[in-house]
Amino acid sequence: MEVMPKWAEVILVPLISLLLAAILSALVIMAIGEDPIAAVQLMVTGALGSTYGWGYTLYYATNFLFTGLAVSVAFHAGLFNIGGEGQAMLGGLGVALMCLLIPWPHWTLALIGASAGAALFGAAWAAIPAYLQAKRGSHIVITTIMFNFIAAALLNYLLVNVMRPQGSMDPASARFPEAVHLPTLHDLLAPIGISFSKAAPANVTFLIAVLACVLVWFLLWRTWLGYEIRSYGKSEPAAKYAGISPTAITMIAMLISGGLAGMMAINNVMGEAERLVLNAVEGAGFIGIAVALMGRSHPFGVFLAAVLFGFLYQGGAELALWTNIPRELIVVIQALVILFTGALDNMVRMPLERLFLMTRRGSG
Amino acid sequence: MTLMQKFLGATAALALSAGAAIADPALIFDLGGKFDKSFNESAYNGAQRWADETGGKYLEIELQSEAQREQALRRFAEAGANPVITTGFAMSDPIAQVAPDYPDTIFVTIDGWVPDQENVLTIGFAEHEGSYLVGMMAAMASKSGTVGFIGGMDVPLIRKFACGYAQGVKAVNPDATVISNMTGTTPAAWNDPVKGSELTKAQISQGADVVFAAAGGTGVGVLQTAADEGILSVGVDSNQNPLHPGKVLTSMLKRVDVAVYDIMKAGDDVKPGFRAMSLADEGVDYALDENNAALVSDDMKAKVDAAKASIVDGSTAVHDYTSDDSCPALSF
Repeated sequence: MEVMPKWAEVILVPLISLLLAAILSALVIMAIGEDPIAAVQLMVTGALGSTYGWGYTLYYATNFLFTGLAVSVAFHAGLFNIGGEGQAMLGGLGVALMCLLIPWPHWTLALIGASAGAALFGAAWAAIPAYLQAKRGSHIVITTIMFNFIAAALLNYLLVNVMRPQGSMDPASARFPEAVHLPTLHDLLAPIGISFSKAAPANVTFLIAVLACVLVWFLLWRTWLGYEIRSYGKSEPAAKYAGISPTAITMIAMLISGGLAGMMAINNVMGEAERLVLNAVEGAGFIGIAVALMGRSHPFGVFLAAVLFGFLYQGGAELALWTNIPRELIVVIQALVILFTGALDNMVRMPLERLFLMTRRGSG
Repeated sequence: MTLMQKFLGATAALALSAGAAIADPALIFDLGGKFDKSFNESAYNGAQRWADETGGKYLEIELQSEAQREQALRRFAEAGANPVITTGFAMSDPIAQVAPDYPDTIFVTIDGWVPDQENVLTIGFAEHEGSYLVGMMAAMASKSGTVGFIGGMDVPLIRKFACGYAQGVKAVNPDATVISNMTGTTPAAWNDPVKGSELTKAQISQGADVVFAAAGGTGVGVLQTAADEGILSVGVDSNQNPLHPGKVLTSMLKRVDVAVYDIMKAGDDVKPGFRAMSLADEGVDYALDENNAALVSDDMKAKVDAAKASIVDGSTAVHDYTSDDSCPALSF
């Protein structure tokens, strides 16, 4: 029996968690002698008050959408993929190779090619831990996180020794040619009469991320494969009994997951930086875990959580620009939200469940 | 209120807003953070000295992510800040993207390289020359004939330090061994004193009795371990001699603070272009103070100052690793 009605489960629990995180953050800001109300206002106007703010919020959200979906898909198969960071790094390598080596005539073709490259490289990076899990029983959590370090080392080697243009100090690849420049939301919305900030990095990839949400939903709840993935995740013995191959499902779920994480690179590498830099991913792979947890591994939940984290990132940047709140504290605020929505979920859920049980008894 | 008073009020308001438009400078710290006891902190000290002396204000941000680089540049430029000073080579490319959009703002890059841009001032330090001098001192102070180098993140800039250092060592003692280690391959290597300490112990076990740390916050661990184990160390960027008096042979000074101070003082009048901060311009140097006076003999000082003079007048050329990505004195 469901203890709580659906709306409480989906809306009330995250909302109360957020509120608790907000109160604690306010206390932290007060403790260092800044005005929490002003800080919140600054965050909201900075992140949502202009198309410029939205542009950055949606840019970050796009990153988190891909990594959040990646974690969600693996999660449905009972696999905890915390290698999104490394898979997205390799995805960046795929994008960079595609953009630098092939002279694309138009960005639409380049986008298709780069997406394929990103997904392929990301999936390949997930394939090794997946194989080790499926065939050798090496735990996926251990192997995927180790692969993050290997990815960082590999990228470092390639950027310092191979891909860095001669004479450049920065361990980064050459700039991509002008032809592969992805249209930003400004370019996309201008023809239909909406003026969107030119400076913001949100680009066409956002639409692809939304499409990815829909496709993941369709895959998980409307296809055979999705059914197999979910049933394997719920109960491995039952799935085996039903004739579902654990090896195949582990491999397939991880390949999809890695591919999704890798596709993040078309946003940050191709859409924003337009070159491959060393720490292009900057923790988005890990934020994806929080996003998936908060979004209950459902694409729509992931979408909302990703936008929330995008807001926190952009709002945090505004705080850093215009106040004296040190950046470490901005990280603390972000961490509190993760803590409350992800890790301390039960702290809110259990009292709420009790409350609902009581009201039900009262009325019944 | 008469019409005249209204007019006067309006002009006063105008004058005030014009006063506000005389822009504050802005300073963008790289990902290592403001208080790294090294590079960024040196920039902060310069800015703070300017603020204390003039009572002026400046905008600042410690970057948290790559996407913020362009964002911070644009936001400060749009807010009217001038000049916008940035630290770290990673800002070069974002400046190249942003600078054309704000032709009235002067962007300053310390350690970066932005070619062909009219409103950019590039500050370039000759770290290889300063490192050469401390390399000579390390070789003269070493009894074992083996000296160490511990770099932060393995990037060309740090190899430039290592290469200059190794050349200085070999200039004094061609048979000397230089052990070179990098702390890591990610930006975390700038702030990992524990790893710095481990590397120092490893180098000591290989016979090193002087180590040079060019590793930002990681160097704090290197200097500490060297002092604990009774060998000498060489500090970097700021004068780190006072951290362990009598245990730090010298420090390779990179006067980021002077550069930032000068630029902020010039304010709106700062001229774009390239400003070299070489040995000749006193942009780099070695540190001599009461903390290391007992460690540096007159003979050492005479030799180093002679080398300094010959680098300044051009008769000694120190190879710059970044000019061709190779080093004659050290292999990586």
